[in-house]
Amino acid sequence: MGSPAVRMFHRLEGLFCVYKPAGVHWKLVRDTIETNLLKGVNATPARPLPHEVRFLPSPNKDREVAGGLALRAASVPVLSKHPLVTGPEFQHIKVGVGHRLDVSSSGVLVLAVGNGNRTMRDLYRTRTTRDYSLQCEFGMATQDFTDTGRVVERSTYGHITREKMERVIAMLEGANQKALRMYSSVDMSSQEAYELAAKGLLGPDGKSVPILTGLRCVHFQPPNFTLEVQCLNETQKYLRKVVHEMGLELRSTAVCKGVRRTRDGPFTLQHALTRHHWTAADVAQAMQQHRWKKRSKGRCGTVTDKAVAQTPGETLAASQEDEANREATIAELQCR
Amino acid sequence: MSSACAAVCRRCRWLLSPKSSTHLYNVQVQHSMKVDKSARVGNGFSSRGNHTATLTGLSWKRQTSYHHDFTTKYLTTEAKESTDDLSRTDATENKPALMPAVDAFTLGKSQMSPDDLDADDECSALEEISEEEAFGISVPPSIPPASTSLQQYVDKSETLTKLVQLGVSLWKLERRPNVGSMLLRLDFNRDVAPRLLFLKEIGVEDSRLGYIISHNPFILSENLENLQARVNYLKSRKFSSETVASMVSRAPYLLNFSVKRLDNRLGFYQQQLKLSSANTRNIVARLPRLLCGSLEPVKENLKVCEIELGFKENEIQHIVVAVPKVLTANKKKLTQIFDFLHNTMKVPHYLITKFPQVLNTKFLRLKERHLFLEYLGKAQYDPNLPGYVSLDRLVSLPDETFCGELASATPEDFYLFQKTL
Repeated sequence: MGSPAVRMFHRLEGLFCVYKPAGVHWKLVRDTIETNLLKGVNATPARPLPHEVRFLPSPNKDREVAGGLALRAASVPVLSKHPLVTGPEFQHIKVGVGHRLDVSSSGVLVLAVGNGNRTMRDLYRTRTTRDYSLQCEFGMATQDFTDTGRVVERSTYGHITREKMERVIAMLEGANQKALRMYSSVDMSSQEAYELAAKGLLGPDGKSVPILTGLRCVHFQPPNFTLEVQCLNETQKYLRKVVHEMGLELRSTAVCKGVRRTRDGPFTLQHALTRHHWTAADVAQAMQQHRWKKRSKGRCGTVTDKAVAQTPGETLAASQEDEANREATIAELQCR
Repeated sequence: MSSACAAVCRRCRWLLSPKSSTHLYNVQVQHSMKVDKSARVGNGFSSRGNHTATLTGLSWKRQTSYHHDFTTKYLTTEAKESTDDLSRTDATENKPALMPAVDAFTLGKSQMSPDDLDADDECSALEEISEEEAFGISVPPSIPPASTSLQQYVDKSETLTKLVQLGVSLWKLERRPNVGSMLLRLDFNRDVAPRLLFLKEIGVEDSRLGYIISHNPFILSENLENLQARVNYLKSRKFSSETVASMVSRAPYLLNFSVKRLDNRLGFYQQQLKLSSANTRNIVARLPRLLCGSLEPVKENLKVCEIELGFKENEIQHIVVAVPKVLTANKKKLTQIFDFLHNTMKVPHYLITKFPQVLNTKFLRLKERHLFLEYLGKAQYDPNLPGYVSLDRLVSLPDETFCGELASATPEDFYLFQKTL
């Protein structure tokens, strides 16, 4: 109902994700998307102008009516409703950003339009995790932990082997699991804690320190190596710091060359829209696909509240199972 | 409002029948307009009793009572009376503000109750007055004295109506301080029309007039002799009339600047860049806003090209003649692109000078395409070696052609690759 522009806008309300390129501020991405959506919505054909009856002076001046005024009724368009006078129908669209990415990182960035903002807020109130892929390099330490910062220290890395790396990773994972247990709001010596931990639902609610729920090295070729991380409540700077500390643990130094988010909650790389697809039509299509996927997961009767938190044993094998779990949880959330 | 009232009257005359009168009466009540009720009119009918059970409140009763009387008048209409009504409604077209009073009077005269609540009824709104007195009554204007938007004025002002018909974006102009008031004060025949005719004479197309006024409304308050003097100056500098017309169309503020300023700028470009007059005319004709803006950013850009980027003077001349936009480009973006070209892609200065349009592209476009070619092993920019990819084709081809010809891949592969960066 309403004008074609309003109908188009209703089709555009929801959640979708884009691939943020490195070197671009997230606000620029959000503003570009808003501009493109406004272009799409305002490009719909405008409503015809309403007409009103006005009494214009009659051209025939010698027709004498009582009072001496010669008027004729004419139906003229009301110019005060013309789009050049009122402006386009939509001048602002509420586009919200999910978990932000800093300038030098790239990856999946979730955006919400209109009513989708409420859905996104609910989504993030449950505990969702994010997947990162970190490209790292041994041999130097810099001021801001990236390869473009001011170099503070250089070191050799010939002594590092895969085994030593795995040992350090295990140590880090252990520390993070301890943090996970500490920040969850249940008493560790209770039955409830045991049951939650058995199901893998132990974890912090709301704000906490950044916790890596999963960490593994997927590619090791000194000086370069790649890490895959699952984490919550993190910032990209924290992840670079983790890389730096890993280098220190290995008696060498390391910097992070690139941080790339591959998954944010239920949104993965395959759903992300690249720059060429940041138009209103593509966004509407992406939202439609997301809605179909959610519906096809099926609805569950009862409502369970929190998303799955990872335990180290499951990290290596069960990433796909995770995704399915997470999507199911979000589907449950939606049927609330 | 009065016209709509007349339309309603005409409609109900034909639609009403005694059986359906109550239904239509309710309908009339639902659609009742805000009638200008004076207290005396209402009080005159307050004793007529309830006409409907649904609406409460004395004010609503007053309104409904007015409409009920209106409909009953037409109910009891004979053929003779209908002609009377016709003439009355015709007459009321001439006196719109008085129509309710006149019609109410015909009823009130016959059905006015003796206990009038208002004692001093000498100048009652119900009494008939002569035509001259009716015309003497001043009707307050329907437009507000002050408003934040031009919407209330556009239907009443001839200037604004004509501007909208030309295609001027009033909604953008009314945001700028003082522009709205200025436009309202203009008289179309005295101020606007001569300047539009002047623009037409120098060759500006009709479709561009809306664009020019939307961006530079102050051209309508510029002195005609000054405008003519500036056009004459440009023609004396050997710009052809078509060139002048195209420059004015693309840079709406051009004719607002004095002859001295235009002269200053043309002189600057000629001396600083050491270009011939033909070349100067060429770049100014292609980018007329060079004459409008300040010269400081241009000087800084030239310094950047010379010192930071390390181009020689003849190279800078060649680049500027090919791509004048470099003079007004953002310095940070310029250095970013050059840095990537020279240090990452290892393209030497002479190749950049040969293809200056790479300095005008978006950095991300260049970076993604170069990295894609590098991933495929096809990033070869030296003309002497086989598999040479020229820089202009790299940046100016559309995506499908780039993927097909230069990279021998599909656009989908390119988008997938972008997601790995």
